[in-house]
Amino acid sequence: MAKSGDTKSFWERMESIDRRVIFLILLVVVAIPLVISVGVEIPPTAPVIEAHEAVESLEAGDVLMVSIDFDATSAPELIPMLESVLRQAFEKDVKVVMLGHIAIGLPLGHVALEEAAAELGKIYGVDYVDLGYRPGYVAVMIAMGREISDVFATDYQGTRLADMEITRDLHSYEDVDLLFGFEHGAVIDYWVRYVQARFGQRMTFGTTAVMAPDAYPYLQAGQIEGLVGGLKGAAEYETLIGVPGMATRGMPAQEWAHLLVIGFIALGNMGFFFTRRKRRRSAAEAGQA
Amino acid sequence: MGSLGTIIGTWLAGFLTLAILSFLYKDNPFYKLAEHIYVGVSAGYWLIYVAFFDVKPMLWDTFVTETGAEKWIILIPGALGIIMLSRWFPKSAWLSRWPIAFTVGVGAGLGITANIQGYVMPQVAATILPVTGMNLVSLNNLVLMVGVVTTMLYFYFSKPQRGVLSWTAKIGIVFIMVSFGASFGYTLMARISLLIGRLYFILADLLHVIG
Repeated sequence: MAKSGDTKSFWERMESIDRRVIFLILLVVVAIPLVISVGVEIPPTAPVIEAHEAVESLEAGDVLMVSIDFDATSAPELIPMLESVLRQAFEKDVKVVMLGHIAIGLPLGHVALEEAAAELGKIYGVDYVDLGYRPGYVAVMIAMGREISDVFATDYQGTRLADMEITRDLHSYEDVDLLFGFEHGAVIDYWVRYVQARFGQRMTFGTTAVMAPDAYPYLQAGQIEGLVGGLKGAAEYETLIGVPGMATRGMPAQEWAHLLVIGFIALGNMGFFFTRRKRRRSAAEAGQA
Repeated sequence: MGSLGTIIGTWLAGFLTLAILSFLYKDNPFYKLAEHIYVGVSAGYWLIYVAFFDVKPMLWDTFVTETGAEKWIILIPGALGIIMLSRWFPKSAWLSRWPIAFTVGVGAGLGITANIQGYVMPQVAATILPVTGMNLVSLNNLVLMVGVVTTMLYFYFSKPQRGVLSWTAKIGIVFIMVSFGASFGYTLMARISLLIGRLYFILADLLHVIG
């Protein structure tokens, strides 16, 4: 049995709580709303509405360039918004040209592209194409401003661009009506600084939540037309196109988890303040001794 | 019901997800196994991609199919690429400085113009905003301008931060802290989203608990 002098107060016990307990609580709090499917209202915010409107402004036959600049580590946030954008574009008979600067993430984008195309009856080489990956962000971006086939002589399967209907007249950014990049890193900076500034390319982005604060200055400056940030942004986009998906399903869990973390932060700070006096007293006693 | 390949793939992905998450309890062999598989697969994948999407189409195929000057110009970057490999051999490692110098030179040249044209100028222009009348837009513009100026003053170290410079720098700190808070909030949101994504996969695709 512990001596009476060793007994810890409630706040001291809370301060030394095993972090694995916190992980477990977080896991349960995230899992419950996913299982019982609690509905929450997801009103779209201005940056997401602007991104949606940028795609909505395209007409049948226009070219939407989709850049896959993420990998599996960001897929839960970016795949839902990619699926929504592809669905919206295909429903408007917009032609989709996919490429990417993160080689390991491109297959994720390709799967989403094929699924959306199959669902809406689109034909490869006519309505959509996957150009694949070429290394060297900046060199690729700048060279595409001169002649796309200089960099992407073929698509990801090795078919020459000149042999496909969708890419026959695709030569430079002048033939691209909008670029929609899906970003989890610094590639967004290259797109804006090298392509938007130099070639005046219209562009809008979907980013991970981590990247969103870095992208807002571009939106505020009018360099990009819209911004879809994180799973929350993806859920807003799903609301706008009227097709709820995984992002919408995840919002209650996101909300509950945020409330839990706010609670933990409040609890931690309260514990800090309530135990501060005791720590100071102990420090003073140690000093006297 | 999916194909056998899909089922095996889903169970494998489920196992690897749980193996990685098991690190939250403590380091263990399952986590190590998943980590090593990830590193190995990533490296192999990159190797294949670079070989078949870079070296073959852009170097080899170009050399074989092109005619005239284009055919021979491609040998220059090819040679620079091979010289880069000289870093493996200590006696000839100095040769690798040539391609590195070329890359740094091109990168710096492109970067300077791009950053001025595509970042500094548009951002400065976007900071010079009208404050006309008592409305929300003017208030927003004012906050933006005060935030930019005071934050820059906080990083002005040529004079001691006393008097006016002291309190403007303190206002700058407030803006910086708000910025850090926003970044932390967004980061937290991103990490929770990743957990949601993995749990959704386990509950929907693996266990079929949710539809």
